[in-house]
Parts: sequence; C-alpha cells; structure tokens
Amino acid sequence: MADETTVHEAHGSEAVHRHEPPKSFIRKYVFSLDHKVIGVQYLTLALVAVFVGMILSVLMRMSLTWPDMNWPIIGQIKPDQYLSLLTIHGTMMVFFVLTTAPQGGFGNYFLPIQIGADDMAFPVLNMLSFWVTLVGFIFLIASFFVYEGAPIGGWTAYPPLSAIPSAGPGQGTGMNLWIISIAIFCVGSLLGALNFITTLINMRARGMSLMRMPLTCWAWFTTAVLALLAFPVLLAAGVLLYLDRNAGTSFFVPAGLFIKDIVQPHSGGSPILWQHLFWFFGHPEVYIAILPGMGATSHILSTFARKPIFGYRAMVFAIFAIGLLGFFVWGHHMFISGMSPYSAMAFSILTLSIGVPSAVKTFNWLGTLWGAKIRFTVPMLFALGFVSLFVAGGITGLVLGQTSLDLPMHDTYFVLGHFHLVMGVAAIFGMFAGIYFWFPKMFGKMMSERLGRIHFWITFVGVYSIFIPMHIMGIVGMPRRYSRFAENGQQIYGFLESLHPLVLFVTVAAIITFFTQFLFLFNLLWSLFKGKKAGDNPWEATTLEWNTTSPPPHDNFAGVPPVVYRGPYEFAVPGAPNDYIMQTEPDPAAGSSEVSSGNGHDGHQH
Amino acid sequence: MVTTVTSTERVKRKTRVGVGGAPPGGNGQNGKGPGGGGSGGKQGDEAHRFSPKPYRLTLWILIAAIFMMFAAMIAAYVMLAMGEKWPEVVMPRLLWLSTGLIVASSLTLEAARGSLKAGSDPGYVRWLSLTLLLGLGFLAAQVFAWRQLVEQGVYLATNNHSSFFYLLTGAHALHLSGGILGLSYLLMRTRHRRAEKNAEMKRRAAAGVVSVYWHFMDGLWVLLFLLLFVWS
Amino acid sequence: MGRALGVVIWVLTLASVVLFFSGWWFPTAITEHAPAIDRQFMITIVVVGIAFVAAQVGLGYAVWRFGAGRDNKGERAVYSHGNNRLEMIWTVITAVVFISLGVMGQRVWASLHFNEAPAGSFPVEVVAQQFAWNMHYAGPDGKFGRTDPTLIHEDEQNFIGLDSRDPAAKDDLTTTTLVIPVNRPVELTLRSKDVTHSFWVPQLRFKQDLVPGMAIRVHFTPTRTGLFQLACAELCGMNHFSMKGTLLVLPEAQHRELMAAPKAEFQSRLNDLAGKYEMGVIYDENGTKIGKSY
Repeated sequence: MADETTVHEAHGSEAVHRHEPPKSFIRKYVFSLDHKVIGVQYLTLALVAVFVGMILSVLMRMSLTWPDMNWPIIGQIKPDQYLSLLTIHGTMMVFFVLTTAPQGGFGNYFLPIQIGADDMAFPVLNMLSFWVTLVGFIFLIASFFVYEGAPIGGWTAYPPLSAIPSAGPGQGTGMNLWIISIAIFCVGSLLGALNFITTLINMRARGMSLMRMPLTCWAWFTTAVLALLAFPVLLAAGVLLYLDRNAGTSFFVPAGLFIKDIVQPHSGGSPILWQHLFWFFGHPEVYIAILPGMGATSHILSTFARKPIFGYRAMVFAIFAIGLLGFFVWGHHMFISGMSPYSAMAFSILTLSIGVPSAVKTFNWLGTLWGAKIRFTVPMLFALGFVSLFVAGGITGLVLGQTSLDLPMHDTYFVLGHFHLVMGVAAIFGMFAGIYFWFPKMFGKMMSERLGRIHFWITFVGVYSIFIPMHIMGIVGMPRRYSRFAENGQQIYGFLESLHPLVLFVTVAAIITFFTQFLFLFNLLWSLFKGKKAGDNPWEATTLEWNTTSPPPHDNFAGVPPVVYRGPYEFAVPGAPNDYIMQTEPDPAAGSSEVSSGNGHDGHQH
Repeated sequence: MVTTVTSTERVKRKTRVGVGGAPPGGNGQNGKGPGGGGSGGKQGDEAHRFSPKPYRLTLWILIAAIFMMFAAMIAAYVMLAMGEKWPEVVMPRLLWLSTGLIVASSLTLEAARGSLKAGSDPGYVRWLSLTLLLGLGFLAAQVFAWRQLVEQGVYLATNNHSSFFYLLTGAHALHLSGGILGLSYLLMRTRHRRAEKNAEMKRRAAAGVVSVYWHFMDGLWVLLFLLLFVWS
Repeated sequence: MGRALGVVIWVLTLASVVLFFSGWWFPTAITEHAPAIDRQFMITIVVVGIAFVAAQVGLGYAVWRFGAGRDNKGERAVYSHGNNRLEMIWTVITAVVFISLGVMGQRVWASLHFNEAPAGSFPVEVVAQQFAWNMHYAGPDGKFGRTDPTLIHEDEQNFIGLDSRDPAAKDDLTTTTLVIPVNRPVELTLRSKDVTHSFWVPQLRFKQDLVPGMAIRVHFTPTRTGLFQLACAELCGMNHFSMKGTLLVLPEAQHRELMAAPKAEFQSRLNDLAGKYEMGVIYDENGTKIGKSY
C-alpha cells in the first residue's frame, strides 16, 4: 500500500491526475495492484490449467480406447491412475479454468474499465485473491506427486470414498491436498466476489446507470453474487470433510463401514449430507462458469451484428432468473441418491423452469442477428459457436431434469455430453470469443484472423464430434467414470460392445481438437510480439473499454474518468454519422459543452 | 478489516480535479446521476469526498458470505440431528455466561457509538474498552467451556453433538476474533484526535462498520446457542 | 464466411439428428414400468429435437442471410431494441412446454416411489461392497437373519456379516447373482458395506444408489426372463469399472423351486439355471427365446 500512496501524493499537484504505474518490475507485473495485470495473471493461470486439464482428458480418452497399450514415457494407464486423471481433470477445469478465466480473468480486466472505474474497489484484496488462487492451484498439482498420487473420487468427492483414506489409492495425502486446494480456492473466490460487487455498485462512472451497463457487467455481477453465496457452503463442506478424515469426526460417515477388513470407528454421519452441501454449491457453480460466457457472447454478438442487443432488459432479467433459480435446483443431481422422492419432484419442476430464461436468452440472440449486418470476425465466429453449442448442450437438460428419465440416464455418458457441451465447451467458446475480441485492447496487437479462423472451424466441428456421440453412448447405457470398458481385449459389459466405433471416433476427434489448440497458443504468442498494431477501437465498438488506449494506461482513462450518455449497444442508429455511437458520445441536442470544458485530453500523452 | 481500512487511505489521498460537480449532461434518461454513492467519493473537494457507503456495503456482502457458511453448518447440524438419535452432550453452563457477556457487549458498543455521536471522546473510549473487555471475556468463557467438556472426556470426535459443538463454537470464535481486531483498531484510532472533518467521518464510519459486524457476531452466537443448548 | 458457417451449422445439426436415428438405442426393457419411461423419453427427445433443430436452423439461416458482405459501405442493420410482445410470447410458450414436460415426467417416478411395494413382493437384500455385489435371500421362512458389520469374515464367505446365532438366519441364502421371478413384484432393499454404489441394469430402466448407513427400497416387476449384467453406476473406487454382477429372471415356478432348494445345493442349481440362458438375450415368461436385448 505504501508505494501506492506515495505515488498518489507525488502527483497530487497535477491538474489532471493520473496514476503512474509502480516502477519496480515486481510491483508492476508480479505483486501488482492493477486490476488489468491481475486479470492477465488470472488468464495465464487459466491457460496453464486448461492445457493441463486437456492433456489429462486426452490421456483418459487414449486409455479408454486402447486400455492395454503401453504408451511411451507414461506406460500403461492403470485404473486408479485413470481415476486420478479424471478427478484432477474435473477439478482443474471447473475451478481453475471455468471459474478463474471468465470471472477472475476477463471480469477483473474489463469490469472496471467497462463501468468507467480506475481500478477495483479494493486492489489489495484483488491481488490477494489471485495469489490465494494460485496457491490453491499449486496444492492441486502437488497431489499428483505425493504417495499414491492424486485422489480418485472425482471432482464431486462423494464420501465415504473421500472420507476414508483407506478406501482407495490416492484417498490419503492426495485427497487431503485436494480439500486444502479447494478450500483455498473458495477463499480466493470470495475475496474476488466481494470486490466485484462493491466495485460494480460503487464505482460506476458518471451517467453509467445500471441499465446502461454492458451485459458483460451484468453477467459478472450476477456471477459474483452466486460465487459469494455458493463458495462459503463448499468451504464449510470442505472443513467438515477434512475433520472427518483427520480428526475422527463423523459428519459424512455413518456407523459400521467395513473398509479394508476393519469396521471403521465412525458413527452417525450421512453421505447424502455431503451431496446436499456440495451440489448447493455445485449447481450455482455451473452458472458461475457459463454466465460470463453468456455476457461476452451478448456483447460480441451485438458488436459484430452492428445492431443493438435484442431485448436488453429481458437479457438482464434472464441472467438474474438463471442465477436465482440456480440456487433451488441442486437436488436434480441427487434424484437417485436416496433423497426424498417428493423433494425430487419439486427440484425437477424448478430445473425445467430454468430452461425458460435460458431459452429467452437464445431467442434474444437470434433476435439480435435478425436483420443484422454481421461481420464475421474470429470473435464473432466463436460467439456464434457459443450460441450453437449452448443450445445443443443445454437442451438435453430437459431430458436429465426429469425425475423418471434420470433413472436410466443418470451417471451415463449422456450426462457427460450434456454438461461438457453446455458448461464446458460453450463456456470455453465464450472465453475464446473474449480473448480474440479483447486481445487488441489488452496488448495493443491484433491476433491473426487467418489462424483464428482455422482454429475456430476445427474446434467447432471437433467439439460437436466429441460430445454429441457421447449422448448416444449414454442412451445405450455406458456409465461414466469407468476406467475401461474392456480388459485383455475382452469387452466387460456386453451391452456396450456395439459402441466401440463411437468410442474410437470420439477419441480421434478429441486428439485432433486437442492439437488444434496449439494453433491458438501459437497465435496468442505470435500476435503478442508480431501482431498487427491495434488501434484504440479496432472493432468499432461502443463500450467504455474502446474509449481508452490499447492497452489502457495504469488508471484506465489517463486521469479523465469517462462520462456516459447512453446505453451500451447503440449500433445502426438512423441519422447518426457512423453505424455506432460510443457510450461517451454526448447527444448533440442536449448541449454538453460544460461537461467537457476544461477537461480535454490536452497534455496527456497515452 | 485491515485491508479495508488501508484502502480508505488510498481513496482519500487521490486528488482529482476533473469533471467536478457538473451534472451528467446529455441524455440522462435512464441515469440516476453519477454512478453509485462511491464514485461521489472520488470527485469534488477533499472535505466531502469520504463516503462510508462502499465500506458498509462490503461489510454486508462479507456478512452474507459468512452467514452462508454458518448456514451450511447449521443445515448440516439440523439434518443430522433429525436423523439418528445422538448421545447427548450436557452443555456447559458457562455458555449462559458467555451469552450474557456478548449480549452485554453489543449494548456497550451501542453506548460507545452514542458517545461518539455526542462528541464525547472519553465516553467513547470508556465504552469501547468495556466492549473489548466483554468480547475478550466471551472468548475466555468459550475456552473454559471447552476445557470443561474436555475434562468430562468429551472431545471433538466423541459424537456428532460434540463435533458440532466444537466446530460451531470454534468457527464463531474465529470470526469473532476478527471483530476483536476491529474493536482494537477503533480503540487505537482514538489515541489521536482528528480535527479534520473527513477523518472524523471516517472514524465514525469505521465505528459503524465494526459495530454492524459485532452485532452480527452477537446475533449469530445467540442463534448457535439456541441451536446447541436448547434445541437438542 | 457467413454462408459457410450457416452450412456447417446445418450439417452438424443434420449429423446429430442422424446419429440419434442410427440404431444405437436403449437395450430392450424387461420391466413393467419401462414402457412408460421409454415413451416419456421419446416424447422428450422429439420435443428437444424439434427445439434443437429449429434453433440451429434459425441460427444458420441468420448467419447465411444477414452477413455484411465484403464491401458494405453505408449499409446498416435494422435499428431495433427488441419487441416486448415477441418476448412475452416466447417466454410463455417455452414455459408452458418445458413445465408440462416436467410434470409429465413425474408420472412414472410417482408410480415407482410413492407406493409401497405390493403385498406378496419377492424381497431381496442387495449388499454392495467395493467391487462386488452380494444378494441376500430370506429363504423358506421369509425372514432375513440379523446382520452386523463386525461379523463380516470374507475368508469364511460371510460377506454381509450374517449372524449365524439368529434362528432366522439359518435358512438364509447369499450369492452374487440377483435371481428373481418374472411377473411378480420384486422389492430390493439396497445397502452398502463401505462406500456409495449404484444399482444399474439397463434393461430394468432404473438406477438407484446404495448409500452406506441407509436401507433404500425399490420395487419393480420384471416381465421377461433372461440373464443380464448388473453394473455399478456410482464411482466407488479403483475397480469401479469391473464391479459387475448378474441378474437372472426366472419363470416363477423355476424360481420357487430354486428358492426352496436345500442350502447346500442352492449355488449349483443356480449355476445350472443360469447356464441355460444366453447373456443379454430376452426370453418370454416361460423361458422361450425372443431375441437379443441390444
């Protein structure tokens, strides 16, 4: 803090006050208080995590398809190793990719800029939240390198498997590290959420009323509220589980468990309790992953459709409705868990009603495209891909949300296909759209459109090829979380035999899609150094981030806080000189001279 | 708590001569004026810049999060208590004392804020110190209650009732310690008189924020007390 | 670019739909409640399919039709902020469709879960453990003997901790095969010795977790005989994938005879009977072959 204040004081006498960035490398790029640097740090963490998670998933596919193969370096993947890959893949993707990148990364970078603030409300908290998250990440990775390796209980960590260290390999030290990692992550997310909410409510620029905020901000805000209310519950559950494992309590462990030839000395706990607590967090978590993607998609769709977003208010209400309903549907993960069948019915109806705001969003996206003049840039392609994938993945929720259909479909590949499409790749497409869209702003360089297009086409077709066939596998009855379906060339379950061609097809598609992602990585790095220089507003967009330089200065607007005069998506306004009007552009009729007087950009080099 | 206040410093020292107090021109049809309350704290002249709003808001958000965590634990308690019959743990009577102490501390804290409002610094310090003592007394009573249980041979893992007892009281004590830090901070700030209006406002805001947190901890304890002592 | 994207979206949509008609489907069901589930699934898939195709075709059309073209100078999109009436209409329509689907989906659920098993149901206690299934039958006296986890001795083949001092336990039978009669309601009491498992026979069309500390009851009526595989559908540890069991549905007379067999002969008779059926093939109630279930 001390450095910051000195900086402020030192420049206090200037007419238009700018915050200079800290001078030392460490303060500027490592322990930075600048929300933009922190955003990039989050994104970098997520990028590392997503590649780790992807490698794990490809290893899993390879092991499933060729279970007896001895691979170079890694050897044969054993059943327990497969489950470790599965657990860390899930945890990595859900927490360190889908939660950190859209919210911690893009949200951190662009929420303050889009509302015209110079930073987050509490920069120190913001910095802490990143470093705390990083520590959580290190703990998770560390679980691979302890005795017996990473836990095998899946990212949902159902007890008693997760509560009794002797229940399986990796359930000892590895599982402890997993819980610690998640608990740390919860704290980091809470700090972040606190900051997001306060910033959005208190630090909006003049004229930036709530209903003039870009939809991205609404999405980040709702996500922060969800995180704020959901993560404490996971934290509590994690503490209870940790105590069960290490202090002999019995919150989740009932009496009389017979594991590893001994009757376990616990009594009185309930495994279902964990499921309730976990899914009370877990379902909102799904929306934590997808809402920012929806926000970015709306934003980018409108920008490149050159048309105002269709039904702005409906979009805002839909985001809220999804967020709110998201807290009352956790039971649909537990229809067959032994929970009361009456409450299952209530959960089912609520679950299907969550489809309504989701459908409203889809209709509004289509409405936005109708009569548009679409510019097919790479970010737009990914945003359109998001819409397509969101529909494809989300719509099967209507199947899974029904109590009676969950009886055959629960825990099959149908579920796998469903959630990977909707909260996995759709959310990732939202992030791809975001990175291609905002990269010029963040780094002042354009990304290669040509590479981006190749990346899009292969990835788009690839993810459909991976996840649509999984629905079919699920209908046939393939259970998820199986380390293998054949042993010594012999199919274990007769009813799954016919699926072999599909399994092979999915694996090949996964490997191709995986390698295509290196094209993206290359594009990212290459453009960083060799990309075409980007102007301040290369996409001719309207919101505040395009109102400052690329990249923005340390305090975002070079000491001149923007004043907002209109809604976020004023494209194609009849009679206007351009087909877009920036949010900061005053209405010529309303005489705005006194606002801008004496407040020009004079004397401030960017 | 500490970080919050540090950032206060930062906001205060930002000097901005900018758009000043000019109204948001243009077509402010949707506008409710310049942003939320907080942005007011960043423009205009020094004396009027401080606004307690963001801090109060952040505190309420924090309370929501803490509440959710305790709600999860309480829900767990209720769910398990409604299931199997637990061997009951006889709650130490000392808990009545700790409950009395913390309820009293809320009252003395309000008395302290009353003094602050009335401009009586000695009164403020006196009441605040008393509150702090009561708070520490509460923590001490909790520790003694634990020791009583341990002497009876009731430990964390003895049964679910005792597990929840240690868990809930422990988690509460941990969060209450944050409140103790807040009170100590308030007390430290009384050592230097602030002539400046802005500083005085800040002091009141800090007192307000700490008191809300403290009352929340008080209320939370009463809830836990009823749950552990009376309900089972 | 827009046209290409439109075409790709349409092709992917078509391919997805074709895949759903390509013959990979549920194994044939063998229970009374299954046709209702299959019907509900069909209805839902059709509704979902129509919505899916409509949305994708609409999206494809929009990108096909409303591209800006390479050199659009001065051309502008339609200026519109939306249409409240349209918004109302599609909200109401989707709400009605989705919620009616949800309500319809409760029927089978209610019939399975809200009623007790009918009187005269055949009771079986299913006790799961890491990577194996134990089936516990009451024997001729119709009473299950007491079990206790401290009595579990796997080396003595006492996998479920059956208390041999309990008179009711004397005639109890335990084996790894779930053997049940056709056309008679069956009531399973599901328990687990160690971690959470899930009972899953695709041909029965239901799944139910076995949660340690709980005794969960389910009931169903098989309508066909045959030999089927039982799988675990809840991650239960290292060898979760190989936790397979067997379900044998017998004609009622055969089943009655088997259950009345002397304890010593039970297992060998069971093996003989199981040997007459081909895995995964459906037989009618008298044991005549109908065809493969998958």
